[in-house]
Amino acid sequence: MQNEIIIAGFGGQGVLFAGQLLAYAAMDEGKEVTWIPSYGPEMRGGTANCTVVIADEEIGSPLVRNPKAVLVMNLPSLDKYEPLVKEGGVLVLNSSMVPRGVARKDITVVLVPANEIAEELGDRRMANMVMLGGLLAHLEVLPVKAIEKALKDHLPARHQKLLPANIEAIQRGSKF
Amino acid sequence: MAKELLKGNVAIAEAAIRAGLQAYFGYPITPQTELLEWMSARMPELGRAFVQAESELGAINMVYGAACTGARVMTSSSSPGVSLMMEGISYIAGTELPAVIVDVMRGGPGLGNIAPAQADYNQIVHGGGHGDYNLLVLAPSSVQEAVDLTVLAFDLAEKYRTIVVVLLDGSLGQMMEPAELPPMKPLKTAYPEWAARGEPGDSRRVLSSIYLDPPAEEVANVRILNRWKEVEANEVRYKEYMLEDAKIAVVGFGTSGRVALSAARAARAEGIPVGLLRPVTLNPFPNKQIERLAETVDSILVVEMNAGQMLEDVLRDVKGRVPVEFFARVGGIVPLPDEILNEIRRMASQPLSTTGHPRDRWLKRMPQIMA
Amino acid sequence: MTITAPELEKTIYTRPESLTSVQTHYCPGCTHGVAHRLVAEVLDEMGLREKTVGVASVGCSVFAYNYFEVDFVQAPHGRAPAMATGVKRVLPDRTVFTYQGDGDMASIGMGEIVAAAARGENITVIFINNANYGMTGGQMAPTTLPGQKTTSSPNGRDVETQGYPVRAAELLATLEGTSYSVRRSLHDPKGIRNAKRAIRTAFEVQQRGLGFSMVELLSICPTNWGMSAINAMHWIEEKMIPFYPLGDYKVHPMLAEVKI
Repeated sequence: MQNEIIIAGFGGQGVLFAGQLLAYAAMDEGKEVTWIPSYGPEMRGGTANCTVVIADEEIGSPLVRNPKAVLVMNLPSLDKYEPLVKEGGVLVLNSSMVPRGVARKDITVVLVPANEIAEELGDRRMANMVMLGGLLAHLEVLPVKAIEKALKDHLPARHQKLLPANIEAIQRGSKF
Repeated sequence: MAKELLKGNVAIAEAAIRAGLQAYFGYPITPQTELLEWMSARMPELGRAFVQAESELGAINMVYGAACTGARVMTSSSSPGVSLMMEGISYIAGTELPAVIVDVMRGGPGLGNIAPAQADYNQIVHGGGHGDYNLLVLAPSSVQEAVDLTVLAFDLAEKYRTIVVVLLDGSLGQMMEPAELPPMKPLKTAYPEWAARGEPGDSRRVLSSIYLDPPAEEVANVRILNRWKEVEANEVRYKEYMLEDAKIAVVGFGTSGRVALSAARAARAEGIPVGLLRPVTLNPFPNKQIERLAETVDSILVVEMNAGQMLEDVLRDVKGRVPVEFFARVGGIVPLPDEILNEIRRMASQPLSTTGHPRDRWLKRMPQIMA
Repeated sequence: MTITAPELEKTIYTRPESLTSVQTHYCPGCTHGVAHRLVAEVLDEMGLREKTVGVASVGCSVFAYNYFEVDFVQAPHGRAPAMATGVKRVLPDRTVFTYQGDGDMASIGMGEIVAAAARGENITVIFINNANYGMTGGQMAPTTLPGQKTTSSPNGRDVETQGYPVRAAELLATLEGTSYSVRRSLHDPKGIRNAKRAIRTAFEVQQRGLGFSMVELLSICPTNWGMSAINAMHWIEEKMIPFYPLGDYKVHPMLAEVKI
């Protein structure tokens, strides 16, 4: 069993951290996992994406053309990844950031107003956690509890006070 | 020790530290900079030597000086930086000193880009510096293997008084995977006879790559070569996957090797009997294993992230006994499993050519591949 | 007055322990030998011989490792300061020095020397300035004087196309990491005595952990200059010193208490 998840958006939207959180949770669950970022010369503000592969056996390629799931945080990422999601896969869309809908009918589309929810919870930077919640509700890859534990273990010390809000963000996202 | 989620560059740095690294010298270059950054925090904290050099030229010569003392030393860089180190590499080889170099390869030639590539194969495996010498080259394909091979690199460097290169591409340097680090090894306290340490009471030690008298240089060349023959006899490493009943064998190292593994599994799922040979040591190269493959399979596919540099070594071993095909993405592009799967399907379903060069046939297909 | 035998046999001049008992490859009259001896005397006097690692360079002094009775390593052309950095960082309690010519230090190795000085690397550099590439047969060096004829500036160094000479002692003195940067000359006995004091001071700088020290020594090259040794000595005085003034360009204040 192998799941591939691409998380894509602007730099600064927490795209890479959301992917790392999946990777930590997968590792703690005893799974094989790879996390690989797109890395570019721009330090801030450019597009960013990462690919997370979670599997039961030794992982071959850390990159795939057709991922099982994609978390899309901005319009350029929707344009790029909508055609690539594997048939029957999942596309979680941050509808706060993307003005258009999804044309494909052969995949599960999850529309999450992640920015609004994150702002309600006190910090727009938690939109990535809301999106993760949306993913976990529709892709059987990891239990929500595993992500919450990974968050507790790996959220930087200076952000630990935001842990309850982050956990709530995941739970709110999982309602979609 | 428990597994940790580690980035390739950081894992290599910490593995080197735990293997008893005493001095690190380097220069920032993407995509290996995290390695230098990790060293800059950890080495001083442990009371060990760290210098951010003025250039890769400075760094490799600091390594040269520190290696003369018999200490465990290392540098790391990426392709253009390693090109700049070639002078020092030849001198260190000529002085028969142990040292470890990590090359996190990127797209080239020239400044190229910072994306993953494997195009330093020839410069590292077949020379690059002047003179007759060999580098022992280890090519990990996962973060755990990068950790294990980094530790091994120091032992092999000292055992054979040679430079060991850990050769990986940018994607492995940037990638995170769970890996287990080794326990912290105590620093060495005993030094080899040849080390120049200004030790009171010891006889004078002189370390140089100069043999002005050609017969003396010939003796040194032969000594170095004989030592290399021991490496060839003892240190060939490789991994085999699903080769027992394979009719098609894929050969790939590092990241292209692990991408090929995904493709091979997918082909197996379609009923195509395919296996994978992944060389772990690129020098010494698993020549015997390739020769044996040529006797057991119907065809061989070489996959690389360069324009067929290892391909030539495979062709030399296959000696025309079975058709060889080649697939690569170059310039900083990582091949995807489905691209390699398509090649395997093509090989399983069509009669293959044994005339002409596999690179030329690949080059003809490239317009479709790039489209 | 009668002189007794023991007084007759009083030894007033011997080979320093820090020099090996071999014949050097240097040309007759060359002052490399003088510079070697001064360094060796200083190492003897400071009791450093057994605790020193020297770094040889590329040029006429490439075989320096054969002449000093200390551990020695041999660097690629220009890279001696980087190699010395590697040795010193691993063995901070040893004395580490480089011995470099002008082509090596001020041309191909300009990057390494400036970076080592800027880092305040605690090493000592002995820099031989003889205004030409000696080993390869007298080509133009970074230190060749304006108008000076060499085998690669046959009409005399034309500064319009070949640029200006480098004054290394002044240049390195501008760097914060440099604690001692001076120029001396080996063309007469007084200059040689002053040179020895400077070399001693440079090693004292390193002993005290004060950082980078460099002694530039104006040196003759009778073979490539096409002069007798005595005329070459005069040439230093008449031509080189006016362009390369002898003097102290940087002296760390803590050296005031060092009496040599």
